[in-house]
Amino acid sequence: MVAVSQQQLVMSMDTSIRRAPKSSSDTLFRLASFGSALLVLIVLAGIIGSMIWGGLPAFREFGLGFITSSVWDVQRDQYGAWVAIVGTLTTAFIALLIGVPISLGIAIFLTQLCPPWLKRPVATTIELLAAVPSIIYGMWGLFVFAPLFAKFVQIPVSQIVEGLPIFGTILYARVPSGVGILTAGIILAIMIIPFIASVARDILDQVPPILRESAYGIGCTTWEVVRHVLLPQAGVSIIGAIMLGLGRALGETMAVTFVVGNANRLSASFFDPGSTIASRIANEFNEAIGLQLNALMALGCILFLVTFLVLVLARLLIARVKVN
Amino acid sequence: MDTALQASSTAPAPWGRVRRSRYVADKTLRIVCTIFTGIGAIALGWILLMLLYQGLTALSPAVFANTTPGPMTQGGGIINAITGSLILTFLGIVVATPVGIMAGTYLAEYGKGSKLASVIRFVNDILLAAPSILIGLFVYTLMVQPMGGYSGWAGGVALAIIAVPVIVRTTEDMLRLVPGSLREAGVALGAPMSVVIRSISWRAARSGMVTGVLLATARIAGETAPLLFTALNNNFWFRADLMGGVSNLPVMIYQFALSPYQNWRELAWAGALVITLSILALSVVARLLFKKDSVR
Repeated sequence: MVAVSQQQLVMSMDTSIRRAPKSSSDTLFRLASFGSALLVLIVLAGIIGSMIWGGLPAFREFGLGFITSSVWDVQRDQYGAWVAIVGTLTTAFIALLIGVPISLGIAIFLTQLCPPWLKRPVATTIELLAAVPSIIYGMWGLFVFAPLFAKFVQIPVSQIVEGLPIFGTILYARVPSGVGILTAGIILAIMIIPFIASVARDILDQVPPILRESAYGIGCTTWEVVRHVLLPQAGVSIIGAIMLGLGRALGETMAVTFVVGNANRLSASFFDPGSTIASRIANEFNEAIGLQLNALMALGCILFLVTFLVLVLARLLIARVKVN
Repeated sequence: MDTALQASSTAPAPWGRVRRSRYVADKTLRIVCTIFTGIGAIALGWILLMLLYQGLTALSPAVFANTTPGPMTQGGGIINAITGSLILTFLGIVVATPVGIMAGTYLAEYGKGSKLASVIRFVNDILLAAPSILIGLFVYTLMVQPMGGYSGWAGGVALAIIAVPVIVRTTEDMLRLVPGSLREAGVALGAPMSVVIRSISWRAARSGMVTGVLLATARIAGETAPLLFTALNNNFWFRADLMGGVSNLPVMIYQFALSPYQNWRELAWAGALVITLSILALSVVARLLFKKDSVR
C-alpha cells in the first residue's frame, strides 16, 4: 500500500509525465504476493480451527473435568489431560531451570569475555547445536545419557534419600531405568540452550557499546557491568528470549517421547516416567479412533493455547525493548 | 577499542586496591560463564562423536543398496527411506519457496508498516516457533482424513507449512537491506512496481534469499513429528503416486530406534548419521553463502 502511494507521489510531482499504462502483470504480481501473505494468516486460523473442531467432542463430553481429571483409560473411553499437562509443565520448568543459567552464561561469555579469535568458532558451534534434528537428541538421550544417568545419578541418589521425608519421595526411583521426567527435562535443557543463547547474544550485542565503555571507564568490573548496565538495559528482552525457549520446550515432541517413559500415571518422583501432551499425541494418535482421537485433538488444543500465549508474550517483551 | 578495554580489565595492575568482594564476584562470573560455554561445547561434541561412532559402525554399502528389512530379517538398508525423505523435503520446499518468497516480498515491499503487514509478521513469528506436532495434526484433518489415508502429499504439505515462515522471515529481512535509492532509480526509469521488485530488489537480495531457502530445507529435512500422522512410514518401496505411507528417514529412525531388533537399531544410527551430516552440511553451506555476500 505504502509503496504504491510512494510511486504515485513520485509520478505526481510533474503531471506532464506520461504514466506507464497499468499492466495486468503488475496487478497479478501484487495479488500473488498479497495472497501468499494472507495464506500465512489462513494457515494459523486453520491450525486453531482444526484443533477446536477436532477437540470439541471431547470438551463437550467431559467439560472442564477434561483438564482436571488424571484418568486416561482407553478401555473405558475415559479421558483426562491432567497427567500430560503436569508432565509438560514439569519437564519445561526443569529445562528452564537448567537451561537458562547455562545459556545466559554462554551469551555473556560470547559478548563480554570471549577473546575475538574464539568468538566465531563458539558461536558457530552453538548455532549448529540448534540445527541438529530433535530425534538425534532423543536417540542420544535414550541410548547414551539414560543408562549413565541411571547408573551414576538415579541409583546413588535413591540409596541416599531412601526413607527420608519428602526427598525420599520426590527423588526416589522405583525402577532406575534412566528415563523419566527429570531425564526429559535435562534433554530439553540441552535442546533449548542454543536457542536462548543465540537470541540473548543478539540482544546483548544491541546494547549501545558506549554504555558499557563508560561503565568500564569509571572502573567497573565485568560483573558490575553485567549486573548494573546490561541487565537493566536488556533484562526485559532477555525474558522474551527465555519465553521463546519455553515455547520450544513445551511443544518439543520427539526427543521427549524417547526419554520421558510414556507412563500414564501421576508420580510424585522426578525420576519416575511420565508423559507430556506432545509425547502422548505422538504415541497414541495413529492408533486412536472415536473419542480417543477427539481427546488427543483436545490435548493439542490445550498445547496450542499454552504455547500461543507464551510466544505472544515473548514477542511483546522482545518488541518492547526494540521500540525503546 | 573493545579489546583494549577487556585487555586492561584483565591485566593485574588495575586491580590494585579493589575490594575483595568485587574481585571475587567478577572472577566468579568469568569462571562460571566459561564453564557454561564449555558445557555447551562438550554436549555438542559428545552427541556428534557418539553419532559418528555408532553411525560409522552401522554404515556399509549395503545400507545404501537395500530397502528396510522386515522384523527378524537380517541385513537390509535404508535406501527407500533416503529416497522418500528426499522426495518429501523436495515437495515441501517446492511448495514453500514461492509462497514464502511472495509473502516476504509483500511484507517488505507492499505492506511495510501497515496494520495488516504487522499482523502477518506477528503471526509468522508465531508459526515459526509453533510446535511442529500440531502442524501434523492440522494436516491430518486437512488432507489425511478427507483423502482417506496417509500420503506423501500430506507429508510434503506439512513440511511446507514449517518451511514457509522461515523463508518469509529471511526474505523480508534481506529485502529490507536493499537500499531504497535502488528502487527509486528503477521507478524513475518508469518501471512498474513488479518489475522493480523482480529485477532490482530480488536481484540485490538474491544470495540472502537463497540462504533462507537452504536454511528452511535444513530445518524440514529432520522434522519427525509432522510426518508421523501425514506420510507415516513404509518398510517397502512406496507407490509412485505417493499415496499410502511413504518411507522417510526421520520416522524410520524413530520406529527402528525403539524396536527390539539389533539390526533395526543399527540402521537407525546409520540413518541418523546420514540425516545429521546432510543437515549440518546444508547449514554450513547456507552460512558460507551468506558470509561471502555480506563481505562483498
